[in-house]
Amino acid sequence: MVAVSWTEPVTALAAWGAALVADLDGAMDGAIGGDSDGAIGGAPELASAAGPGADANGADANGADANGAAGSRLPADSDPAAPSPLSASPLAPSSAGDPAAPALESRRQAQRRLQREPLPSRRQEPWRFTDTAALAAIRPARFSGEDRRLAALAAEALPPPQAGWCRLLLDGASDPLAGVSLPEGVEPLPDDQWAACLPAADASEEEPWIGAIAAAAGPLLALRVRAEAMARLELVSEAGAATGVLPLQLLLLLEPGARLELLQVHRAAGASLTAVQARIAVGAGAQLQHGLIAQGNDDGVFAADLALRQGFGSQVAFSSVVSGWGLSRLEPRLVQEAGGARSRLRSLQRCDRRQVADQHSAVRFEGPEGQLDQLHKAIAAGSGRSVFNGAVAVPRAAQRTDAAQLSRSLLLSDRARIDTKPQLEIVADDVKCAHGATVTRLQQEELFYLRSRGISAATAGELLLRGFCAEVLQELPEAAALWQPLHHLLGEEAPAP
Amino acid sequence: MIRPDAPVLLEIRDLHASVAEQPILHGVNLTIRAGEIHAVMGRNGSGKSTLSKVLAGHPAYTVSAGSVLYRGEDLLALDPEQRARRGVFLGFQYPVEIPGVSNLEFLRVATNARRQERGEEELDTFAFEDLVRERLEVVKMDPAFLERSVNEGFSGGEKKRNEILQMALLEPLVAILDETDSGLDIDALRIVAGGVNQLASPENATLLITHYQRLLDVITPDYVHVMAAGRILRTGGKELALELEDRGYDWVDAELAALAPAPLEVG
Repeated sequence: MVAVSWTEPVTALAAWGAALVADLDGAMDGAIGGDSDGAIGGAPELASAAGPGADANGADANGADANGAAGSRLPADSDPAAPSPLSASPLAPSSAGDPAAPALESRRQAQRRLQREPLPSRRQEPWRFTDTAALAAIRPARFSGEDRRLAALAAEALPPPQAGWCRLLLDGASDPLAGVSLPEGVEPLPDDQWAACLPAADASEEEPWIGAIAAAAGPLLALRVRAEAMARLELVSEAGAATGVLPLQLLLLLEPGARLELLQVHRAAGASLTAVQARIAVGAGAQLQHGLIAQGNDDGVFAADLALRQGFGSQVAFSSVVSGWGLSRLEPRLVQEAGGARSRLRSLQRCDRRQVADQHSAVRFEGPEGQLDQLHKAIAAGSGRSVFNGAVAVPRAAQRTDAAQLSRSLLLSDRARIDTKPQLEIVADDVKCAHGATVTRLQQEELFYLRSRGISAATAGELLLRGFCAEVLQELPEAAALWQPLHHLLGEEAPAP
Repeated sequence: MIRPDAPVLLEIRDLHASVAEQPILHGVNLTIRAGEIHAVMGRNGSGKSTLSKVLAGHPAYTVSAGSVLYRGEDLLALDPEQRARRGVFLGFQYPVEIPGVSNLEFLRVATNARRQERGEEELDTFAFEDLVRERLEVVKMDPAFLERSVNEGFSGGEKKRNEILQMALLEPLVAILDETDSGLDIDALRIVAGGVNQLASPENATLLITHYQRLLDVITPDYVHVMAAGRILRTGGKELALELEDRGYDWVDAELAALAPAPLEVG
């Protein structure tokens, strides 16, 4: 099944990234050319959306970045009605080609990588079990005007946000902050602080390939949550029936002691690629409850590179539910930079028909006394293929680490396939690290127990499946209920609201 | 309560059954009438639990010969869920834990399936909650167990109480209780047995499967059957249980040896 995909369109695969960069670059060149309307990143139409305030901010940004000045150019208490500086310049280069601007450099690196490297193939170890044919079939270009219209149409039908939650709509083109009043304590991240979220300049070779897609387009949204603030944010992308690539690079900084509930929702109903790269820095003692729901379709591809860096004493709970995509690849990468933090990972993926659902997670402890509690669950039905690789690195510096990883997979058909692989690298000698993996069918004894109480075989199977999902679903942030994750997971028609 | 004119609820005739191609039952005969409490005793491996699983319709067991009539209907032709809806209940020796499925929801779905079969209205969440709270009294169970996943993390005694709670909700006509006394301390045993006694009526029947006399101290059987090598070797009144308590099961071996050709490989 795979051989066909990989022997035939080799040239197309090699050219995919380059074609995408050419498309993105078209937009970028305009920006860097720097006409008087201000320096604009990937999306020229932002200039008019942001209004005249953008110019001043853009100019300001140039100055700040050029000399690396630390001072914030943002008023501490910005008027929410005013366009934010970031809205004017998703990528505000200090000047054309200035390598000192970390964001620009990071973007250039990502572009070079896409130009140089073909689409990943099964010859590469991290993609050994994952067929990327669905990705190769995506048109390597941003959404056209017509695509944006289709996406906007679908976005109109989204359920209204839950009370107490601030929703930012990510369409890859317009300013997510336009007309939005951010919760108290949340503000655009001054671009001189972007470096706190971006990877070190020399680290890019180790970054996941999929992250380069969004990184090549540049940051779409960069926010910080002020120290001691408490906020709830919902980030939503709805591609609808659009085709092409939706690149979403998100930078988020939680200052020490900040608390954030974050829900990412990504949906698509057409042959599109939603490419997310989120870089989240969680300051000392800060708390992040992070949920991700990705609901796709047989032609859609979801690729998310989520890099979380945790400071000492911080707490992160990340829960993801991914289902329905022709191909999904989720790479949560978590680093406890000083140890002494708590990380809780919960994930659930389902693949049916010929879908491929893949998660590669990586957790690294760089200091002592860190804690990890990870549970990955997968359901494979039809001819679906589920892949999990869970890396945990405990170097010498990470003494007294307490890490547990469990992978539980449910095989619902004879044609489905599950590959699951824990990958622990433990160098420290005084640690507690546990891992386990199970692949089972629906338990006959559980089914019989339910049936012996008068519950039909079909209902019993459904109850067991719901039970299997519940363990992860119950950990999603409260606003997740809007998106009816269970119905989507089980491939049911969602009940009318 | 023995009434010779009471309707026959369950009639087992020459039942042969196997699991994993291993024959276990070698011709069980048993007739149960409404109002009766039967106890089946015997050693491990005598076929007691197999009998209960076969009656409930466990898919791993194959019936190779014989018949079971439930109120005149061919029980063996029915799916496990159909048997339960018609009023056959199996109390499990090891109740199964089902993570992620709420006990309350499970009890409601099961109760409504049985009610529907009886032509009764389905109960909504509120009406069901009233009913279940009333039935909790039967086994003096803490309502907190309703909010948990089915049997998950329950102690042995709590699981058995949950079984009897299900019985109280489903109101079976034939309740087969497989080693309901195992793993219970004396207080829990009294509570569970008290529940079974409360639920016994002239309309229904109970089949107790047990190793020990102690359950029969608290639930008085009308009949005691001794099972060995996949068949019922002797039937008597409650005094037979006392005799077993005194003499142990050694005499069973002697009687078995006298039977020829006995399939002794079972065990």
